[in-house]
Amino acid sequence: MPILEVQNINKSFGSTKVLNDISFSLERGKALAIIGSSGSGKTTLLRCLNFLETPNAGRIIVNGETLFDAADHSSKSDEEIRKRRLHFGMVFQSFNLFPQYTALENVMLASLLLAKERPDYKQNKRAIHEEIEHHAIELLSQMSLEGRMSHYPHQLSGGQQQRVAIARALALHPDILCFDEPTSALDPELTGEVLKVIRSLADQHTTMIIVTHEMAFARDVADHILFMDGGVIVEQGTPTELFENTQNERTKAFLSRFSQNN
Amino acid sequence: MSASVIFTSLTKTFGINCQIFFVTLLFALPLGLIISFGSMSRFAPLRAIVKTFVWIIRGTPLMLQIIVIFYGPGLLWDGDLLPRLTAVCVAFIINYACYFSEIYRGGIQSIPRGQYEAGQVLGMTKSQIFFKVTLLQVIKRVIPPMGNEFMTLIKDTALANVIATKEIIMMSKEYATKGLIWPLFSTALFFLLFCGILTLLFGWLEKKMDYFRV
Repeated sequence: MPILEVQNINKSFGSTKVLNDISFSLERGKALAIIGSSGSGKTTLLRCLNFLETPNAGRIIVNGETLFDAADHSSKSDEEIRKRRLHFGMVFQSFNLFPQYTALENVMLASLLLAKERPDYKQNKRAIHEEIEHHAIELLSQMSLEGRMSHYPHQLSGGQQQRVAIARALALHPDILCFDEPTSALDPELTGEVLKVIRSLADQHTTMIIVTHEMAFARDVADHILFMDGGVIVEQGTPTELFENTQNERTKAFLSRFSQNN
Repeated sequence: MSASVIFTSLTKTFGINCQIFFVTLLFALPLGLIISFGSMSRFAPLRAIVKTFVWIIRGTPLMLQIIVIFYGPGLLWDGDLLPRLTAVCVAFIINYACYFSEIYRGGIQSIPRGQYEAGQVLGMTKSQIFFKVTLLQVIKRVIPPMGNEFMTLIKDTALANVIATKEIIMMSKEYATKGLIWPLFSTALFFLLFCGILTLLFGWLEKKMDYFRV
């Protein structure tokens, strides 16, 4: 059974149709890359998965559980959506770290707030806190940020900030980690360190969806690639299928523009 | 009359100015936040009402508002007059809450959407996002304009004399009518001292918030 099934997602902003009947599925431990030009709907799709946008139609199923069904969405409270969100982690293009917290605090904050909802929180406050801190330190070390734990976001480079953001998303153990153009706001020399981290996550079989403009990276890291244009999935397949045996004219045009640029 | 007697009475009456100042802040700071939420409400009629109210309050002189609140009940429906100081405080609270609400609104709306979204995807509730993520950033942003408002407020308290509340300017004018003019000018010292302390306090606060950038 796939970990994620997206069925017939439609999304319009006013009269503009941004996503048109999007369906795909993702297996556990696999990395999916979504490529396509700006305005093709990639980011909107990711935002729908994270409940930052509400699709007008379609279903989202994770581990066999229907998280979203446009047909009876009105019955779902903010509280329900909040819990369902936790199946997904999100790494934003602009990092969106909380500026008043240190790197470590950024990673710990959501876990600490969630722990307060545990019935045993009051008795085991100390142990829970230590466990969360331990986990956060481990994640930041994994991101090679050992020496940066008590730095505030403005004291970190873009690449370091984005790695903190990745650790922050991982802290909640999401089923699927989403990246929305994680390196688009970075200088070329900082892009590499973030891609390296994402690559190592792929090597550990983290289930991921990566929206990216880094074609070489997508080809290298992803198990499966979707090419989107004009709100539809034009073509999908393994990197080899998509890059070396391109079927669709629009995909060909898009890829050739990229190979010219690089 | 000796200078020390005069200074004592000026100091005493400046206490009234300080009282208006602190009472106004105590109520207007939270009330302003409520008004700012109203002015940002997604419910259009509420937003329209609140914005009209803020326009009227900010668009008319505070002196007039004090007069209306003090004399209004008696003139309109033969109601009982509020005690003078209470009427002054009510007018100040309403007036300053409206100004504060606009400062809060500016501060809240200047927080990037991404901050809310990051909180949302991390499973935080709306109130957790407000209190744990955005509030401190808003506070940092509103400190400089608030410093301005606080200074204007202490000087505006002199307007209380329009309904014969015996604050420092009223007191010093009484000396002036008796032919003694220097007490009136010396009241400047009280305001200067007060604003000096405010300046130091706000400088300290800004420094306190310097450890992060928004």
